[in-house]
Amino acid sequence: MNLYLPIAEISVNVFVLVGMGAAVGFLSGLFGVGGGFLITPLLIFYNIPPAVAVATGANQVIAASFSGALAHYKRGTVDMKLGTVLLLGGLVGSFAGVAIFTLLRRVGQLDLVVSLLYVIFLGGIGGLMLVESIQAMLRTSRGGSGEVRRPGQHSWVHGLPLKMRFQRSKLYVSVIPVLGLGFLIGILAAIMGVGGGFIAVPAMIYLLRVPTSVVIGTSLFQIIFTAAVTTVLQAATNGTIDVVLAFLLMIGGVVGAQFGAEAGRKLRGDQLRALLALLVLAVGLRLGYELVATPVEPFTITLPTGEIG
Amino acid sequence: MKRQVRLRQRKREGGIAALIAAVLAFALLHGASGAAAQDAVESFEIGLSTDTIAISSDFTGARLVVFGALDNADARLLRQQRYDIVVVLVGPRRPVVVRQKERTLGVWVNRGSETFNSVPGSYALAATRPLSDITRREFRRRLSLGIQDIRLNSAAAPAPAGQPTIDKPGVAEQPRAPSLVTETEPGSAGDEPPVQSLEPDETDVYAAALRRLRERSGLFNQSVGSVEFVSPTLFRADLQLPAGLPTGQHLARAYLFKSGVFIRESSEPLWVVKTGFESMISDFATHYAVIYGFAAVALAIFTGWFGRVVFKRD
Repeated sequence: MNLYLPIAEISVNVFVLVGMGAAVGFLSGLFGVGGGFLITPLLIFYNIPPAVAVATGANQVIAASFSGALAHYKRGTVDMKLGTVLLLGGLVGSFAGVAIFTLLRRVGQLDLVVSLLYVIFLGGIGGLMLVESIQAMLRTSRGGSGEVRRPGQHSWVHGLPLKMRFQRSKLYVSVIPVLGLGFLIGILAAIMGVGGGFIAVPAMIYLLRVPTSVVIGTSLFQIIFTAAVTTVLQAATNGTIDVVLAFLLMIGGVVGAQFGAEAGRKLRGDQLRALLALLVLAVGLRLGYELVATPVEPFTITLPTGEIG
Repeated sequence: MKRQVRLRQRKREGGIAALIAAVLAFALLHGASGAAAQDAVESFEIGLSTDTIAISSDFTGARLVVFGALDNADARLLRQQRYDIVVVLVGPRRPVVVRQKERTLGVWVNRGSETFNSVPGSYALAATRPLSDITRREFRRRLSLGIQDIRLNSAAAPAPAGQPTIDKPGVAEQPRAPSLVTETEPGSAGDEPPVQSLEPDETDVYAAALRRLRERSGLFNQSVGSVEFVSPTLFRADLQLPAGLPTGQHLARAYLFKSGVFIRESSEPLWVVKTGFESMISDFATHYAVIYGFAAVALAIFTGWFGRVVFKRD
């Protein structure tokens, strides 16, 4: 069944998009990431204009995150206080990100920057997570707990001023790295069309030392708002939100997320992280290949604003 | 699509004297080239099968039939098929940027770019014969006729108010060889101010790429033999409109050539509008962008919540 997307201005197959949403929704429920980092590249591979894919990705992330966050909230695995501080940074980041997005589109470098950011972040984070989770798995097999939290070990982050206590996360940490992380997530939400979960989750685990159990719920809570602000800003500034496209992805996404969350409870933390790492690396490699492979057509046509003409 | 055929044959009593004068001047100019003595005042009009094309969500392209009448044609020349007709539908012109990727540090990056300030969103052409057989390249370029010769930049001077900016043959590109100016026929007159050639033609890889990409996507297309005479005075042209037909005011224009020389043209506007649900959404997104953004967020929140309620598994 084909449907014409009003903003993307192309005809698409409804079932492909719902299926795409479902698959990504399953993974997002499993790993507690919004799934934007998968949705956006998949949409671009499906010939949706990158600017629309990025902005609409942010929109669909809200649905998946909201659904997931509700589940975590019921289980009491959301640190509202930590989430709110992250969010404050995220709001500022969203504004900055949308401005950068508009500028890049005008000079014709948006697609390149989006791809480069994906390759750098996905490759870096995927690699780090993979190494760490394999080490954790080895520790577990030798009789350890597999838990990342090592209370005696503090990084440079814990020496910063303006400390704040986050009871639920059992943390006493400076707000500077938390706000900074939020800001970064906000920028990425706008430029990459992601909720930022794939940055937030590892950063909270490794940098802030937030317990893994709280990380996912808190990340989802924060993503809802960052993605919401990004969606409104993208709609107002660039007009690149395709509601029909987002809705198709959401339908699949919320269904998939429920099953994903269930599956997630049956897997151990280190295994979950290793799987996510592999997934992140795979997407990063795919995009990296696109950048270096000789394009079929070196020429592109756009309007002066960067819209596809 | 409405299928009303509107054939119009306006009598031009007022302008007849001027026409005769023009034809006389033409006859004098071309007197030496023979057969000129019998030049009649051909009247040339077209009508469209519809004045509006509605694009709905399942629009996969359409065929536009353009009917036209050619009266007072020289019967002998007509029999010898010395009259040629080219019918085009030109989409609304917009500025466009063409960029070229180059390998930089191993990565393909958009490097060079060229802006064309007035590129038709679509271009469909039907002709009686191959364009190269109908008239010379210089004339085609002058008339902005054919995918290879269509003008991509508007003239430096803005068009006077009320004048359509769509492919006015008179302001076509300046031919490269200045000597050609003396050979121009009435109608595409040399009385226009000389226009700087904004395009270095074939040497411009960006212009070539633009034509090639638009042709590949079907937005630019031309077909030969798709204009045919259904009676000695009545002809029809079939134009192929692509799925990605841009919205806005299009202009159907017919060119009449006699023995390789452009003599007359006739044009009719055509509106392409979006209809249905998708059009409502895109209109709303354009005019109420912020509200649209909030609605998108609300829809996402609701879908997320609804999914949670329906699939409550814990």
